[in-house]
Amino acid sequence: MTITVAHDGHVQDHTAATATGVSPVSKRIVVTYGFWIFLLSDIVMFSALFAAYATLSRATAGGPSGAQLFDQVGVAIETACLLASSFTCGLMSLAIDSRRFGATYLYALLTFALGGAFLALELREFAHMIAIGAAPQRSAFLSAFFALVGCHGLHVAVGLIWLLVMMVQVKIRRFSAAVERRLLCFALFWHALDIVWVWLFTVVYLIGANQ
Amino acid sequence: MSLLGKLSWDAIPLDQPIVMGVSSVMVLVIAFILGWITLKGHWPYLWREWLTSVDHKRIGVMYVILALIMLLRGFADALMMRAQQAVAAGDAQGYLPPEHFDQVFSAHGTIMIFFVAMPFVIGLMNFVVPLQLGIRDMAFPTLNSIGLGLTASGILLTNISLVVGEFAKTGWVAYPPLSELQFSPGVGVDYYLWALQISGVGTLMTGVNFVTTILKTRAHGMSYMRMPVFCWTALASNLLIVAAFPVLTATFGMLLLDRYLDFHFFTIDGQGNAMMYVNLFWVWGHPEVYILILPAFGVFSEVVSTFSGKALFGYRSMVAATLAICVLSFIVWLHHFFTMGASANVNGFFGVMTMIIAVPTGVKVFNWLFTMYGGRIRFSEPILWSLGFMVTFVIGGMTGVLMAVPPADFQLHNSLFLVAHFHNVIIGGVLFGMMAGYKYWFPKAFGFKLDERWGVASFWCWLIGFYLAFMPLYALGLMGMTRRMQHYDVVSWQPWLVAAAAGAVVILAGIVCQIIQLVVSIRGRETLRVTADPWNGRTLEWATASPPPAWNFATLPVVTDIDAFWQQKKGAHIEHAQTAQSSGYEPIEMPKNSAIGLVIAFFAVVVGFAMIWHIWWMAALGALGIFLATLAFAFREKEEIEVSVEAIARFEEMQHAGVAA
Repeated sequence: MTITVAHDGHVQDHTAATATGVSPVSKRIVVTYGFWIFLLSDIVMFSALFAAYATLSRATAGGPSGAQLFDQVGVAIETACLLASSFTCGLMSLAIDSRRFGATYLYALLTFALGGAFLALELREFAHMIAIGAAPQRSAFLSAFFALVGCHGLHVAVGLIWLLVMMVQVKIRRFSAAVERRLLCFALFWHALDIVWVWLFTVVYLIGANQ
Repeated sequence: MSLLGKLSWDAIPLDQPIVMGVSSVMVLVIAFILGWITLKGHWPYLWREWLTSVDHKRIGVMYVILALIMLLRGFADALMMRAQQAVAAGDAQGYLPPEHFDQVFSAHGTIMIFFVAMPFVIGLMNFVVPLQLGIRDMAFPTLNSIGLGLTASGILLTNISLVVGEFAKTGWVAYPPLSELQFSPGVGVDYYLWALQISGVGTLMTGVNFVTTILKTRAHGMSYMRMPVFCWTALASNLLIVAAFPVLTATFGMLLLDRYLDFHFFTIDGQGNAMMYVNLFWVWGHPEVYILILPAFGVFSEVVSTFSGKALFGYRSMVAATLAICVLSFIVWLHHFFTMGASANVNGFFGVMTMIIAVPTGVKVFNWLFTMYGGRIRFSEPILWSLGFMVTFVIGGMTGVLMAVPPADFQLHNSLFLVAHFHNVIIGGVLFGMMAGYKYWFPKAFGFKLDERWGVASFWCWLIGFYLAFMPLYALGLMGMTRRMQHYDVVSWQPWLVAAAAGAVVILAGIVCQIIQLVVSIRGRETLRVTADPWNGRTLEWATASPPPAWNFATLPVVTDIDAFWQQKKGAHIEHAQTAQSSGYEPIEMPKNSAIGLVIAFFAVVVGFAMIWHIWWMAALGALGIFLATLAFAFREKEEIEVSVEAIARFEEMQHAGVAA
């Protein structure tokens, strides 16, 4: 980042200004910065879903409430899977930094497996709820629940596909600058999903257990 | 379940002569244009230079063209409404049946906000911001092209609804429970939702792109406090896009789940909460107002300063006011529905906040006035629009503050007073701003000025037409006429509505003048040719050729103060002397053209159309198409092409030769 601070008396900073024809900030920084902005917008979208859930959390229309439905143990395992996948994703980032292919694939595989397990557990929970009549069509509360948790799950699914594609790219392109940038963005994405899940776990499952 | 979902021949309204007439004209015009392009063999040029271009200037121009075309469509709707209300008094029923009238006002609002104002604003920002920042392109040029594509997809879907099926009859806000399946079983609301979801994603991409571009890739030496005011307002506007549009996406997502999968977010049964939609909609909707008006404020700042020959008065207060509006715009949304029945304290808070947000706006008006004070004002067309804006917008702003008082709002809610107010600020503010910007930067984009006489004529028609069309609506609102009436029994309202219709006709004359202006100027372009700096400008876009080369600047400018180009002109043309020697150039890496924007836009239309008509297999195919296209793009070999030193030197030489001649 080379923002030149305005000096008094219009003295200018020419040190960085011997124009080489490229923008003063590296593409890696620009791309990740842009991706951060996107992630913020994604979090705004989640916050709208959170607001809807908070508004409708007691609107059970005579149907089951969160306290009756949520299986704390199952959700705890889900959470453990997702947090662990974030850890292995971090290890993957380190492996990429030191250009180790084997380790990169290994940690990507672990991240994928843990993310997949999270998704499978979530789908199992959904299927169970639908089976006992607690489908999203039952009440406004369940609509908001399925939309909020499902939207997060959809993000995880997209992340898994993205990770697969990136591994193919690593295979073909090695650690080219573009591939490295994309892997960096993927890591940001994956960690952001963790942050959303922490909120989701708190607002939906912990607070919901008492409602 | 049939293979084509809900789609059948009944979807085409063969029994409605007005709709069929308009649609056949539309189809014929499109066929004629496509045929002409094919006959003349312009496709390769169009493909290479425009459709697959990722150049921010080309994309900006295409946005503005979309906006101008849709302005004609939206204005045609307005004329139909004014004509209907001018005649449908007492026993007369007018010529538009209620279902059709309802579609017309819904389409008018949706089109004017999403497909005229938004693309116009985004188009101007696209063209101007990188030039003013002294850089070669946006941070993400290809993403920019995809954003344009998705906006065009939304526009196409809205226009398809004219021929195949129907549009929403719910008003442009589509409040539930009216917009739920129970009360709107047709495809109209689905057209509305999918068109806006798709174009909304495009807008979000644009927002992310601009925020990154402005915060991360400015010219050397351009600190925040040296940024042109238009860039500041563009930054504020795009921060609002990033923070507000995801809420709209989520809200429409919920309504789509209600309509497609029988969820209960906003339904009457299942304990849904329709007022939640209204709240969420305006959490997006109020910032949206400022997304549109802030860049217009930026245009006025540039225009007023340039044509007064003075630096902008109170630059710092202008920046502060812009950012204050940016933040405050998120805590006023409830004033759109004081009648919801929130407590007096809640209404009081939002009322007071609404009055406070008028303060920074007032600061801006005074800054413009003080900029002109003591200046030598050249009364060219752009400043006429700016002056018209200042008078009109102040009136609109004051009626807004009036409605910020909850007890007054209880009387005025949903009346024509409100309609008059928001047209007063959107036409007098956003549209006049965009017109000023269009006339101001047109010579930069195309290398020749627009004809002044026709432009001035169009300005006066617009200004007079506006007052004639909307001042009667204030009076009618105070008399108790509500909005969206297909027919009314109070005959004494009729003279006012006839006057309003006459105003619409005067505006039509203004639009015709503008079309003539464009034609006359293109024909006489040789006599209207301009150099790089036709208005004696102050910011960097005037430092490069008109039209600028693809790479914008042969050597990147170094900024030492605000009004960078003005400072350069006052100094000894340092930059100029430097660029005259070809040895000073270096090869430039420019982003490569890409068809991805076009391909994704195509598949987005496929997905949208299929979802509207419940053709599930087609929706799946379209989604797969988007995925595969993205995948192919991710695997492409080269991202950039190099512009050689010779090409740059040749362009610069031709420029200087042109100036000498």
